[in-house]
Amino acid sequence: MLLLARKLEQEIRDHGAKDYPHECCGAMLGTDGEAAEREVRALFPLINRRDDSPRNRFSITPEDFRAAERAAAERGLDLLGWYHSHPDHPARPSEFDREHAWPWYSYVIVSVDGGVPKDLTSWQLEDDRSKFFPEEVVPERAASQGKQV
Amino acid sequence: MGLLQQGGNKRMAVKVMIPTPLRQFTGRQSSIECNAATVGEALGSLTATFSDLRRHLFTEEGKVRSFVNVYLNDEDIRFLNKENTPTKDGDTISIVPSIAGGSSCDGK
Repeated sequence: MLLLARKLEQEIRDHGAKDYPHECCGAMLGTDGEAAEREVRALFPLINRRDDSPRNRFSITPEDFRAAERAAAERGLDLLGWYHSHPDHPARPSEFDREHAWPWYSYVIVSVDGGVPKDLTSWQLEDDRSKFFPEEVVPERAASQGKQV
Repeated sequence: MGLLQQGGNKRMAVKVMIPTPLRQFTGRQSSIECNAATVGEALGSLTATFSDLRRHLFTEEGKVRSFVNVYLNDEDIRFLNKENTPTKDGDTISIVPSIAGGSSCDGK
């Protein structure tokens, strides 16, 4: 389960809308808790380095990766995963996404249809790399667990 | 400590840094020490010990995946001698992810 506060979700949507018709991308920083629950506490928007094909590809270079790592460390957070947008395409990982994914990370995808953000989903790569499994995205913990985002 | 030398067949004591997404396959260790004469030998030793790493680091043809960046100390091995880059005692090999994806299979 991925805890993603509405404010942060809106920032991802806004980034997708801003960069449309190109794919946007960025890092998600937060805490990786027990019981398969992660909480995103901050975003680290990045520049899509795929100048040659930004409408259907995104790339985060090792230098940008290290910048995201430093940002997480400075905040005392973990680098939980990455978000990117799919302009005029469903919020489902493609075969290209699968081929290039790393295990463990959460991958948030937002579809942006005609410049309007629509569905937002999250996924993790199976350990055998065969496919992604969906990760539930919730805006806050259930009341019975106390703290709200 | 014996003579320091580069290359050849002498194995050097090196440390391989493991990025977060792969630590679940190394017993949560963030670095692994091994003896290797080259970067390729170090990666081979790593994946021989932790076999689940192999599919995430290498293609089925045995090549390092394009989104896996390998540094010897601060230098990308693509600009050195790739997997044949010789190591020295005390070297650090870092595995640094590139992150990539996209909405369709059209194009590269």
